[in-house]
Amino acid sequence: MNEGEVLLFLQLKQVGKTFTTEEKQFQVFSNIDLDITENQFVSILGPSGCGKSTLLSMVAGLEEASEGTISLEGSLIKTPGPDRGMVFQQPSLFPWLNVRDNITFPLKGKMTKQEANDHADHFLKMVQLSRFKENYIFELSGGMQQRVAIARALAMDPKVLLMDEPFGALDEQTRHIMHDELMKIWQETQKTILFVTHSINEAIKLSDRIVVMGTRPGRIIADINVDIPRPRERSNLEVIELEKEIMSLLEGEINKVLKEELNQ
Amino acid sequence: MKWNLIIKRILFLVVVIGIWQLIFTLNIFEDIIFPSPFKVFTALYEGFAGGDFFVALGASFKHLFSGLSLAIVIGTIIGVIFGKSKQADETAGMYLIAMQSIPSIVWVPLAIMLFGFTEFAVVFVIVLGGTFVMALNVRSAIHNVPPQLTRAARTMGTKGFPLFYRVEIPASIPYFMSGLRLAWAFSWRALMAGELLSNGPGLGYTLSYAQDYARMDQVIGIIIIIGVIGALVDHFVFSKLEKTVMRRWGLQ
Repeated sequence: MNEGEVLLFLQLKQVGKTFTTEEKQFQVFSNIDLDITENQFVSILGPSGCGKSTLLSMVAGLEEASEGTISLEGSLIKTPGPDRGMVFQQPSLFPWLNVRDNITFPLKGKMTKQEANDHADHFLKMVQLSRFKENYIFELSGGMQQRVAIARALAMDPKVLLMDEPFGALDEQTRHIMHDELMKIWQETQKTILFVTHSINEAIKLSDRIVVMGTRPGRIIADINVDIPRPRERSNLEVIELEKEIMSLLEGEINKVLKEELNQ
Repeated sequence: MKWNLIIKRILFLVVVIGIWQLIFTLNIFEDIIFPSPFKVFTALYEGFAGGDFFVALGASFKHLFSGLSLAIVIGTIIGVIFGKSKQADETAGMYLIAMQSIPSIVWVPLAIMLFGFTEFAVVFVIVLGGTFVMALNVRSAIHNVPPQLTRAARTMGTKGFPLFYRVEIPASIPYFMSGLRLAWAFSWRALMAGELLSNGPGLGYTLSYAQDYARMDQVIGIIIIIGVIGALVDHFVFSKLEKTVMRRWGLQ
């Protein structure tokens, strides 16, 4: 690091991804530049096929970048690591472990069993599941499972929390409750959150900043700072205005996808 | 279990035995090839009371226990190799299915030629009967580990051998359980095939002995024992275990 250079938190530089099969190459996106500041809640919003989930997987280290670099606090990301906690659309919990043991899973070897359990209890309280710590996963509802997944990711004390459409599989009612809880957790833990969604409303409700992606090829088409005071009700005029603005941005992109799918 | 279900099942059995008795009374077949239910139950009672059946059962379970545990261990090792190594699977996976499709009674002449009329020959047949079905299921178990679970584990910094024993092994337990259940069923059949042609002791040997002395009552009695044990073990051990695991793993 040179003198005078600003230490960036999460930095994506000229990132591109191309999938190669035996017959053809498919470029998902290229030349993605993104700087994310610490403690921010940033959403990546875009239609299906724009590569937003792939981009998140690359930050997680689950996918390799075909071009460009991703770095967290100056160190390059190549593989997954506990400095980046991930919450998937499917809760992806371990059914052979009870709720508490799921949360202590990443802590094994890093602290004593007792410390890990205390740690887990703290985060279980945060997601309001203290009563269920002895339960097995199949005994929980979808919303409760996703809360366990959030607690598990937070328990590793990651620098950044990556969320890949985490509430996409939940019913509307539960989703609203989860939004409020996530806001509380975010304010309490001060984590940097990178949140992938295709719901405009969800992005506006939660984010400090919305990165809008277009598709075919995937690219960033807008980068919007949201400074509407929280909590943001759906009936709030500023929310409605922003929703319209993003909708018109995405309309062309969504039509592109529809046209392509209909022609096939 | 509900009472009316138990009553239905008992009633069915009573009807079957009733028809049996009726055919016997009508004297359609000779007594020597068609004994009465009473004669069969007497043979069963005598067999157990005299201790002969207990000795035979004990020997059979000893063979089964040695053979099945070997089959489980060897089958698991082969299954893990084929499940983890694409190279091994591509090269020899097909032959595993071929081996599995060979009926276990086919191995009996081979076992007798190799080991003579010994108990070891019987165990050998059981091992061959159970190993391949176990290996195939362990292979599927590893192939069917949900990828989202390994992905989740990797984001938590788990990789290499810990990823295998902390995630892949427990995640594959449901298929492993199905493998156990099938291995037991195949071994039980192989056990009978092996013992029928052996020089004893064992339930299969007792059966062929009864045949030599034209004791149809004993033959039918022993067949009933074999069926009842098969059903009981499946119901009270393997089916129960499998159900518990499936429920816990959220697959049911």
